[in-house]
Amino acid sequence: MELHNEIKTFTPAAEAEVSIWFKAARVEDFPENGGACVKYKDMQIAVFNFTRRNEWYACQNLCPHKMQMVLSRGMIGSKDGEPKVACPFHKKTFSLKSGECLNAEECNIAVFPVKVEEGYVHIGFTR
Amino acid sequence: MKKRIIVVGNGMVGYKFCEKLRNRSTTVDIVVYGEEPRPAYDRVHLSSYFSGSTAEDLLMAPAEWYTDNNIVLHTGELVTEINRIDKTIRTHTGRSDKYDYLVLATGSSAFVPAIEGVERHGVFVYRTIEDLVQITEYAKKVKRGAVMGGGLLGLEAAKALLDLGLETHVVEFAPRLMPRQIDDAGSDILAGKLSQLGITIHTGKSTKKIEGNGKLEGLLFADDTKLDIEMLVISAGIRPRDELAKATLLNVHPRGGIVVDDYMRTTDESIFAIGEAAVHNNMVYGLVAPGYDMADIVARQVTGDSSKSFTGFDMSTKLKLIGVDVGSFGDPFCDATPHIPIVFKNKHKGTYKRINISEDGKYLLGGILIGDAGQYNILHQMVMNKMPLPENPETLIVGGGGKANDEAAGVKGLPDTAQICSCENITKGAIVEQVTSCGARTIDDLKKSTKACTGCGGCTPMVNDLLKITLESLGHTVKKTLCEHFNYTRQELYDIIKVKGIKSYDQLLNTHGAGDGCEVCKPAVASLLASIWNDVILKEDTIQDSNDRFLANIQRGGTYSVVPRIAGGEITPQKLSAIGRIAEKYNLYTKITGGQRIDMFGARVDQLPDIWEELIAEGFESGHAYGKSLRTIKSCVGSTWCRYGVQDSVSFAVFVEERYKGLRAPHKLKGAVSGCIRECAEAQSKDFGIIATEKGWNLYVCGNGGARPQHAKLLVADVDTDTCIKYIDRFLMFYIRTADPLTRTATWLNKMEGGLEYLYDVVVNDSLGIGEELERDMAALIANYHCEWKKVVEDPKLRAKFKHFINSEEEDATIQYVDMRGQKAPIDWNK
Ligand code: SRM
Ligand SMILES: Cc1cc2nc3c(=O)[nH]c(=O)nc-3n(C[C@H](O)[C@H](O)[C@H](O)COP(=O)(O)OP(=O)(O)OC[C@H]3O[C@@H](n4cnc5c(N)ncnc54)[C@H](O)[C@@H]3O)c2cc1C
Ligand code: SF4
Ligand code: FES
Repeated sequence: MELHNEIKTFTPAAEAEVSIWFKAARVEDFPENGGACVKYKDMQIAVFNFTRRNEWYACQNLCPHKMQMVLSRGMIGSKDGEPKVACPFHKKTFSLKSGECLNAEECNIAVFPVKVEEGYVHIGFTR
Repeated sequence: MKKRIIVVGNGMVGYKFCEKLRNRSTTVDIVVYGEEPRPAYDRVHLSSYFSGSTAEDLLMAPAEWYTDNNIVLHTGELVTEINRIDKTIRTHTGRSDKYDYLVLATGSSAFVPAIEGVERHGVFVYRTIEDLVQITEYAKKVKRGAVMGGGLLGLEAAKALLDLGLETHVVEFAPRLMPRQIDDAGSDILAGKLSQLGITIHTGKSTKKIEGNGKLEGLLFADDTKLDIEMLVISAGIRPRDELAKATLLNVHPRGGIVVDDYMRTTDESIFAIGEAAVHNNMVYGLVAPGYDMADIVARQVTGDSSKSFTGFDMSTKLKLIGVDVGSFGDPFCDATPHIPIVFKNKHKGTYKRINISEDGKYLLGGILIGDAGQYNILHQMVMNKMPLPENPETLIVGGGGKANDEAAGVKGLPDTAQICSCENITKGAIVEQVTSCGARTIDDLKKSTKACTGCGGCTPMVNDLLKITLESLGHTVKKTLCEHFNYTRQELYDIIKVKGIKSYDQLLNTHGAGDGCEVCKPAVASLLASIWNDVILKEDTIQDSNDRFLANIQRGGTYSVVPRIAGGEITPQKLSAIGRIAEKYNLYTKITGGQRIDMFGARVDQLPDIWEELIAEGFESGHAYGKSLRTIKSCVGSTWCRYGVQDSVSFAVFVEERYKGLRAPHKLKGAVSGCIRECAEAQSKDFGIIATEKGWNLYVCGNGGARPQHAKLLVADVDTDTCIKYIDRFLMFYIRTADPLTRTATWLNKMEGGLEYLYDVVVNDSLGIGEELERDMAALIANYHCEWKKVVEDPKLRAKFKHFINSEEEDATIQYVDMRGQKAPIDWNK
């Protein structure tokens, strides 16, 4: 299960450090105001189309609470303006901006930069 | 010079002492020795271990807390010796340590009377997590158990045995239960209630011998009667652990316990004793609140503050979890005090209330509440604060009706000095101040800033009331609004959606909300939209709770379950074979559920549409096991086959299930139909249950299984089929309109002002004049029914939503299974 380790130790990349923009899928493939899971190398990334705010977010698909590959199926929303995702299993919520756990003591999750170009969603990685 | 303080014992009080001392001084050295293998845990809520709390959940604070606060904790280490001349202690491992102050917080152990045979296998006490683990293990092998001791703890232990599935007995030496808290009349009512729960009570029984051959087989009483049992939990009182103190020649009480003065000092001025190990003024306090008070006093003492002393403590109590309310406050008996008792008894309902009024009629001295202890907090406060009585004091215990309001009004009348949280010693004034001057707005704010409600939790309702009235006095309106995004209650949103014809979540958020929504309001609104319009759920899949979004329940590991509807539990052999074939093809784990149907587990998200396509082809429909919607109508075979049946319960169950299938509600809905009074379908545990009679049907409503089971209540008797359906229509629609999100019918009724009578008025007497409207709304929903899975299977666009990766056809490689009894199962969490 290298997948798990890989993501847990991954530090979010600042946009400037991105060396690879991975072309993930077309904009219309993603549900509105919801997420889908993108496979990149051996990683699983949850990507959210926050239509309501006209924003895109990406984070690890693994929920650190019980190590479940499900965050892409979580519900998104906001807490005092901060965009967040709630894990479908036990509703731990994480900021989509910083990855910080907002309602429990779980560790932070990794977040990734996203950009949309020519109708395609790209996720930024450092390697 | 830095002072070194050693604490012996890391129980609840020892822990609280550390917390209080660290708050007062960050520099003193604190070293703790605890005999138990883990840091201090919440003994008060020990029984919640049976209902799923883990040892970890129960910890007062995790091990890191001690390190973070610079406290050295040695667990699993018993202090065996104190040398008062050198000021040192020794532990069983041979370690020795030096103190400036020593605090004995050694607690107590369960008292085990010297009855012949107490050493037998199957005899337990109820004090530590280890005790509970052993009891649970042993209970798996036996069927009949007893608790010796009918006091507060004994009854808690009895409830535990009952929950472990044992035939349960309680043996009490005194002529009544809870002899120190309640009187004979109260005990009678309590015993009646307990026997309804299935606990058999034996009072006035002195146990002569615990019989058996190696392991326990029964009890022999002094009157030569016998009770056959296979396990026994002794709960006959506590014995303070004073052995260390005794060995070092500190003064101990002849009946046990370390004697202390008003400052918790023992006869050695460097040594203190607190908690259940201490005896103050000939009293051992077997409760946490006085122990916490003692801890506070000693934390002050060792930091040079002698302003506070211990002046005794009120022993009022409320029983926590037996399923019957019991409260005893102030002086419940007034044996030695002239008083006027006022007693209210309702044998039928199982309530008993007694209050003792001072002779001059001015004050409340104490009392007993059984069956309904709703007024406990306020009455207790009236005693503690010597508040003046109302003109007709009997109104305190009779009457009812708008009870909640009375209670809130009562809180208003309390003086600022009234103690609200006795565990943390927090006054009304302190709580009000947090709200008025420090910005506390929610119960959580108050918990954080004052620690109120964090001990036994008994004060939570009062703190809630206080918060509410204080906020109101500040001009804030207090409503049960959904969340930060909607300033409306569910019922208000129901009306808004319906009246304004709102069809989507975003439309509602744009017109009546703020922000971007969250995991609370999205599914709640989704459920409202579904209840009002019965539209296709997946039109807005991303506001649905995750189970609704994929029309299946998510499981450990991220796979899903498949539950086709099997109305009334009736299934043809062909359909049974079809399920078998499909489950085999997709390698699904199959199990018969508690709802009389078959659940297939372990489907990957991408397999769901294929599996459903095959099921639908075989004539199945969605079972809505994932929705807050109608689940199952259980049935028994009834008059078709059963020799006792008086009506055809299967046909009726199938009819009812077909009628309400797919109906969305604030929470899930379950029903059952039994063919006769023997009740094999368990209709009285359902949201609506029907029992056949010679003349027709009896309709029961608002029952619940789950964590807090509740029997359904009889709404109407002997009605014909059409009337029965009409009332169910009205009942369900009224529930759907008015209940808060995620509130089952039982809780909804419990909170309803006027209770069952009011519900009866609305449903049967049509007191609100909305009967026909409710029936019409229901008819519209029924007409709009569709099988959600059929829609998905037939629509390629919806179907495309069911895959794990958006950019790859691969499966999720992280899902792993193990083999279990010839079927697959997901691997454990966290592995
Ligand atoms: C499969 C089943 C257990 C079994 O193996 O028998 C089951 C399984 C689950 N139950 Fe249940 N319950 C099952 C019968 C029951 C029953 C018995 C009954 O219906 O007669 C009860 C008690 C009766 C009652 O509801 O009043 C029951 C009381 C609960 C509760 C507590 C409800 C409450 O009011 O306290 C929950 C939690 C909830 O709904 O919030 C729950 C929730 C769950 C969930 C959905 C938990 C979850 O969210 O993952 C389980 C998921 C199953 C799945 O993945 O498909 N389940 N559950 C039963 C399915 C029945 C069916 O065919 O639909
Ligand atoms: C099932 C149950 C339910 C209860 N419900 C309530 C309730 O509802 N309300 C209420 O107010 N109270 C309740 N109580 C009582 C409450 O738990 C006790 O009053 C409280 O735990 C006392 O705290 P303590 O620290 O004095 O003793 P304890 O919690 O017993 O802690 C003493 C600790 O010291 C350790 N120890 C003893 N001797 C040594 C030694 N020589 N060296 C090292 N360690 C030692 C012991 O192993 C133990 O861990 C309940 C108790 C039980 C068992
Ligand atoms: S099936 Fe029901 S009782 Fe069993 S673990 Fe799941 S929720 Fe709990
Ligand atoms: S697995 Fe995500 S919250 Fe528990």
